[in-house]
Amino acid sequence: MTEPLLDVRSLTVHFPVRGRGGAVLRAVDDVSFSVGAGETLGVVGESGCGKSTLARALLGLVPVTAGSIRFAGRDYARADERSLQPLRRAVRMVFQDPLASLNPRFTVRQCVREPLDVFEPGLAARERDRQAVAMLERVGLGTAFAERYPHELSGGQNQRVSIARALVAGPRLVICDEAVSALDVSIQAQILNLLADIQRDTGIALLFISHDLSVVRHVSRHLLVLYLGRTMERGVARSVFAHPRHPYTRSLIDAVPVPDPAIERARAAAPALVGELPSPLAPPSGCVFRTRCPRASQLCGITPPPLVPAGDGAFACHHPLEDVDR
Amino acid sequence: MTPEGQALVEAAAGLRGESLWRAALGRFSANRAAMAGVLLLVAITAFAFVAPLLSPHDMEANDWERIQIAPTTEQSHWFGTDANGRDLFVRVAAGARVSLAIGLITTLVSVVIGVLYGAIAGYAGGRTDQVMMRIVDVLYALPLFFAIIILVTVFGRNIFLVFLAIGAVEWLTIARIVRGQTLAAKQTEYVEAARSLGAPASRVVLRHIVPNVVGPVIVFSTLLVPTVILVESFLSFLGLGVQEPQTSWGLLISQGTASLDSAPWLLVIPAAFLAATMFAFNFIGDGLRDALDPRDES
Repeated sequence: MTEPLLDVRSLTVHFPVRGRGGAVLRAVDDVSFSVGAGETLGVVGESGCGKSTLARALLGLVPVTAGSIRFAGRDYARADERSLQPLRRAVRMVFQDPLASLNPRFTVRQCVREPLDVFEPGLAARERDRQAVAMLERVGLGTAFAERYPHELSGGQNQRVSIARALVAGPRLVICDEAVSALDVSIQAQILNLLADIQRDTGIALLFISHDLSVVRHVSRHLLVLYLGRTMERGVARSVFAHPRHPYTRSLIDAVPVPDPAIERARAAAPALVGELPSPLAPPSGCVFRTRCPRASQLCGITPPPLVPAGDGAFACHHPLEDVDR
Repeated sequence: MTPEGQALVEAAAGLRGESLWRAALGRFSANRAAMAGVLLLVAITAFAFVAPLLSPHDMEANDWERIQIAPTTEQSHWFGTDANGRDLFVRVAAGARVSLAIGLITTLVSVVIGVLYGAIAGYAGGRTDQVMMRIVDVLYALPLFFAIIILVTVFGRNIFLVFLAIGAVEWLTIARIVRGQTLAAKQTEYVEAARSLGAPASRVVLRHIVPNVVGPVIVFSTLLVPTVILVESFLSFLGLGVQEPQTSWGLLISQGTASLDSAPWLLVIPAAFLAATMFAFNFIGDGLRDALDPRDES
């Protein structure tokens, strides 16, 4: 078996909390996954589960506490600024807020061109402009938009600019951090289709981060479910959706609206997920999900469940849902 | 570049969007008070440079026949003469050149230093930020006039020293404004996007942060120009600023107060120019504030 494009092992990101006597925020705790070339991994979880920190750690924007980030055969977890450059060129990101992620003083062309300015300073300015404008065409924004400013564009158009910016320097992996969450549903579909198109044409891998399972299901081949920075379940998206083993995954799936009033009414009678997300500064003992888990037992409060391999994936639960596949 | 590529870029160049700066300019030029301020300022500046050409008199020449005469068309002494028979019209123009130059150059120096210092402190954050801003606090605590008076007494009276002394103090406020704005800008996604490219800090600061934080500084600096002119006037009034035969509005006003009873025009005319300039800059500053931050319309 060939080595995957991105192979993350036991990635841990802790932030020291000031004024709390050495307390740490465990934003990402012992998370492992891999993404093959041209594949799509969906990362799901509620707000505050560490999805964005995970993305920022992959780009070297936050320091990694422990673990490894192997990309194309090299470990970047402890690389310094200079040696991070190959990773930064090969892994680009599309941010959540289409407007806020573009410099309001830049024209669209300048926004898209910037990665080339940084990675290809030797290239003639006109050539960088040409490539930026060509990439704008590729994402479905004509040259007409090149000299416009982000505030003059719609959210969907700005997200296309963001995608063009991510693609312009020829990445191998694009991280989409809630890239469609701020858009209307109809625009979401357009952007998702665009990403799928581009993936088919260029063979880039996608790391698709979202809280919206219906979006992730649409695009992902593999799935990683996070809760308070820990892995709850991972596996092939189709089988996880069909037969989740972890109660948290089950409740996330149940929270996706279904266009059938009968099912919706039945669900309303038994809400899928109750309670608030616990503070990540004081996570519950044992299994972090136990405070909201319908199947929690005494054991869950004592021992954190280990990640148990199951089929193509793994889950971390003392009381998993039955394995219907086997 | 391929011909098609060339055509693409050229086609794109024809379709310009409206930048935030251009939009602000549009709002500014729609503001009557601000445009009146601009016109007034242009008129005063034009006067400063054109007046010597219109008048037959030299600013240092004494007309012993006509000492301290009131404004008159006789001998082209339109603003009258001072106690030494020098023509006030050309002296006010000479004072305008000095006062405006001190105001503008000093402000420019303050803005450049303050913006860079504040942006670097804010962007670096942590201990660097702490140390840099404590230095600002310490300098802030020094009384401005005290510092200037010490400088002037130690190094002698020199117009450049006046520039330097005022500039050395006024950049502190700008550094504070910019540092605060930078702390906010640093959290934005577009700065994070630039950082994720591994762009050098200089690029992030100069291309992404500074253009997005200078709005309040531009407003502040238009209000700083009259402040600086006033400070210079005050120093000259105390006899610490510009020296004879050079002159400035402050010096003219100072000399005018001496003969307030016998020759009020020696005070009133330069004071009117100074006041008009203050108004002009304040109107422009107000206009810029409204233009650069349209959310703040009240």
